[in-house]
Amino acid sequence: MRIIIIGCGRVGAETAVRLDARGDHVTVIDIDPRAFERLPSGYSGITIRGNGSDEDVLRSAEAEMAEIVMALTEGDNRNVMSAQLAKHVFGVPRVIAKINDPLRAEAYRTLGLETICRTSILAEALVVAAADGAAATNGMVEEPTAQPMRAHQTEPAPGAEGR
Amino acid sequence: MYVVVIGGGNVGYYLTKELLTAGHEVVMIEKNGSRARQIADELGSIVVPNDGCEGRYQEQAGMARADVVAAVTGDDEDNLVACQVAKMHFNVPRAIARVNNPKNEHLFRQLAIDDTVSPTRAILGVIEHEIPIHDLLHLAELEGGDLEIVEAQLTAESPVVGRELRDLPLPEGTSVAVILRGSRAVPARPETRLTDGDRLLAITSSEREPELRRLLIGD
Repeated sequence: MRIIIIGCGRVGAETAVRLDARGDHVTVIDIDPRAFERLPSGYSGITIRGNGSDEDVLRSAEAEMAEIVMALTEGDNRNVMSAQLAKHVFGVPRVIAKINDPLRAEAYRTLGLETICRTSILAEALVVAAADGAAATNGMVEEPTAQPMRAHQTEPAPGAEGR
Repeated sequence: MYVVVIGGGNVGYYLTKELLTAGHEVVMIEKNGSRARQIADELGSIVVPNDGCEGRYQEQAGMARADVVAAVTGDDEDNLVACQVAKMHFNVPRAIARVNNPKNEHLFRQLAIDDTVSPTRAILGVIEHEIPIHDLLHLAELEGGDLEIVEAQLTAESPVVGRELRDLPLPEGTSVAVILRGSRAVPARPETRLTDGDRLLAITSSEREPELRRLLIGD
C-alpha cells in the first residue's frame, strides 16, 4: 500500500518503520530534517523535507496516488488541515488525523475524518490497567510486535466507517 | 453587528479597533495571555484570553449569537479550525479566514469557509500589475469559484497578436469580455484585431485556464 506519514516524531517514525517492514510503500514528511534521524538505517521508504499542510509538498509526495495519509504531527490543527487537504484536494481514500484534544477529535470524526486520539486511548488503557493489575501495564511497554495495535483497537470510533 | 475576532496579532488588533470605532460589538479571542491583557488594557474587557479553536472559549466569546467570525491569526491551520468549529458548533452565518498561503484559499472555500482574504495574493496582485508577467492575472471569482475573470497581457511574442478574435480557438465555456487598449476599453467583437500591449479580460473556468494561457500568452 502507498502510505504517506506527515510528522516524523516518535509516533510517526515508529509507524513508518513498522509499515515499511511490512512491505508498504512509505513516504514520511517532516519540516525538520533532523527528525529523520529517528528512522533506523534499515528503513527503506522515502523521506521528504517540507510542511505537510502545504499543497505543493503533498504533491511532491505524490499524494494523489496514496491510499492512506496519516497526519501525525504534534499540532492538532496542522493534522486537521493536512488531512482535509489530502482528502479534498488529492482525493486520498483514507486519511487519519492524530488529534489529541478529544472534543476536537470527536467533532472532526463527524465531518468524516478518521481521527485517532492519544488522550482517549491512553486514558482507556490506564483504566484497564487499574482494573487488571501490573500484567496489563507491562503489556503496554513490552516489545510491541506481539500486539502492535493493542490500545488502538477501539479506533476508529463507530461512525467513522463507511463515510 | 456582533463580530468575534480570533487572533490578537496586528491584523486582529487593528481589525477589532476599527470595528469598535464603527460601532460594532466585538469580542476577541487571543491565546497569548500577556498579549490578551495588553489589548484588554487598551480596548476594554472584550478579550477572552484563550485558544480560539476550542469550542468552550468560543462559547465564552458568545459565538452562538455572532453574525460574523473572523479568524485572522498568522497560521492558516488555526484559522481553518477556528472557522470550522464556529460553523459546526455555533452555526455562525459568516466565517472569514485570513489565508497566508494563497493556495489554501481553494481548500478553505471547499470546506465551507464563506470568505477568505489572502494578503499574500493581494500584494502579489499589486506587484503583478506593475511589471509585465507571463501568466494570467486572477481578478475575481464568480459563481462560487467555478468561473473566474482573468486578465492576459499580450506582448509581441504572444501567438495571438495580429489575429482577429473570431479566429481564436478559445477553450470551451470561455469568452473574452473586453479588451483594454491604453486607457480605452475596446469591445470584444469578432473582427477585433489584437495588438501588442492589449490586455484581455476573459471569463473562464479554472479547469480551462491553462489552455487559455497557452493560447493567449504562449508557453
